[in-house]
Amino acid sequence: MTASYDVAVLGAGPAGAAAAIEASSHGLRTIVFDEHIAAGGQVYRTSPRIEGNGDADGDRLRDAFGKAGIDRRLAHRVWHIERGDKGFGVYALGPDGPFNATAKTLIVATGAQERYVPFDGWDLPGVMGLASATVLLKSQRVLPGKCVVVAGAGPLLYAVAHGIVAGGGRVAAVVDAQPRHAWWRPDVLSRPDLVLRGIAWLNALWHAGVPIFRGRVVRSVMREGEALRVCVVGNGRVREIACDTVCCGFGLMPSTDVTRLLGATHAYEPSLGGWHVVVDDDQRTDVRGLYAAGDVAGVVGAAAAPFQGRIAARSAARNLGRTVDSEGKRERDRAARFGRAMTRLTQVDDEVIAAIPTGVTMCVCEGLNRATLEAAIDDGCATINDLKSATRCGMGACGGRVCEDSVARLIALKTSRTREEIGQATGRSPLRPVELDAIAGDFDYDALPMPAPAPL
Amino acid sequence: MNEHSLRIGNRGAPIHFRFDGKPIEAFDGETVSTALWASGVRAFDGGRTYFCAMGVCQQCAVWIDGTRVEACRAVARNGLDVRSGA
Repeated sequence: MTASYDVAVLGAGPAGAAAAIEASSHGLRTIVFDEHIAAGGQVYRTSPRIEGNGDADGDRLRDAFGKAGIDRRLAHRVWHIERGDKGFGVYALGPDGPFNATAKTLIVATGAQERYVPFDGWDLPGVMGLASATVLLKSQRVLPGKCVVVAGAGPLLYAVAHGIVAGGGRVAAVVDAQPRHAWWRPDVLSRPDLVLRGIAWLNALWHAGVPIFRGRVVRSVMREGEALRVCVVGNGRVREIACDTVCCGFGLMPSTDVTRLLGATHAYEPSLGGWHVVVDDDQRTDVRGLYAAGDVAGVVGAAAAPFQGRIAARSAARNLGRTVDSEGKRERDRAARFGRAMTRLTQVDDEVIAAIPTGVTMCVCEGLNRATLEAAIDDGCATINDLKSATRCGMGACGGRVCEDSVARLIALKTSRTREEIGQATGRSPLRPVELDAIAGDFDYDALPMPAPAPL
Repeated sequence: MNEHSLRIGNRGAPIHFRFDGKPIEAFDGETVSTALWASGVRAFDGGRTYFCAMGVCQQCAVWIDGTRVEACRAVARNGLDVRSGA
């Protein structure tokens, strides 16, 4: 038994929640899937019942989302989607087992994930992403460590460093890959409120005596008893810093698993976080009935996301025969400009990729180091899919989500091919690891239709 | 590492689950990963406690009451039997 809907939305972050609320307001039967137990996405992620977690924007979103008459499937992991004549089949696994639905239109609001760049020691316990540190600080109200090096690029650096200091921890250093002048651009200054917040963060870090190293990156992390020793390079200098935790990330990349699986067109644009699904002015992809909103269509941040979501829902409503105007495009584009400026600050220089030592594991799931991958590239692997076939790179439990970007950069470095030529890994289900017996659910083995044996 | 010092602010009464047979203290609303991290467990047989924190990297995958699940997505509950290993 499969329930049917007008609109299915994947993701209950700021884009998905806004899309679902809008779709429902036009009388469309709407269902939303999200892996987390509460709406809000990663940006407004919350954990009910922990004092002081979450924020006002997230609470407003959850309140509106809860009242909108939407079929909410939280704590549901979507592992497969298929496209048919009448729409989309969505296969999910929830707390009560498998749950499947069909929908005439599908709005993908799967957001973004963090970009990791390998360095010597990046696979040590105590090294985590910047986005993970945000989850720990904001939703779980736990410090990532007592003495932390915060490294990488983009605004998350300062959000995390400030969060640690405000929570009573110590930041041993902030290591920002960008030089100071990279931040002073007109499109950054277009949101004075956020600039002021950033200045307040910097002020708090200054008062806490936190050193900020700009134009530098983490070269290696070594374990020294219980502690970690971080080697920071750049500007012709080498510096060693002791800490117990390293948080390192280089911005966000669109989570395109679903849109790749469904065969939509994608494009590579560094200032949008790299590979993203292509949408038109109405948030339509080039697959009929398939819409995308939020960071999956290019990382432009949470301020633009609700506008994108509502525009996508209105497009879907028109597709389903409702008379609905398009609105909010100017607001969307204005918010996206600032978000895109933030994404621009998270670029990774070629030198950082070139400096990865040959012995460093790049594909953690399959245990493949740079030397192994380079040997395969020298043998003729020229695309991500080539390398996948030759070495199993990206075929482990994470599905290449952790290593694909840096491995593609390695191919580019070795072969001088463009990212378009190197391509993306082909989208496959299951979209996330699921247990076979869990998705099979309860069934009576004797009731299974068995084909007659082939005649001898 | 001092066990409680990583938690910011007040928590209610503790709950407990078992990790590879060892009791771990947790608080309402925490994930299994968070409780392990706050208890000083940074890695275990076959994985790291915290890397991506959002169900992507699979490094914190554990067995909970016989089901394979990411510890960063599993809500800590009293009496859970959490085990490491592939």
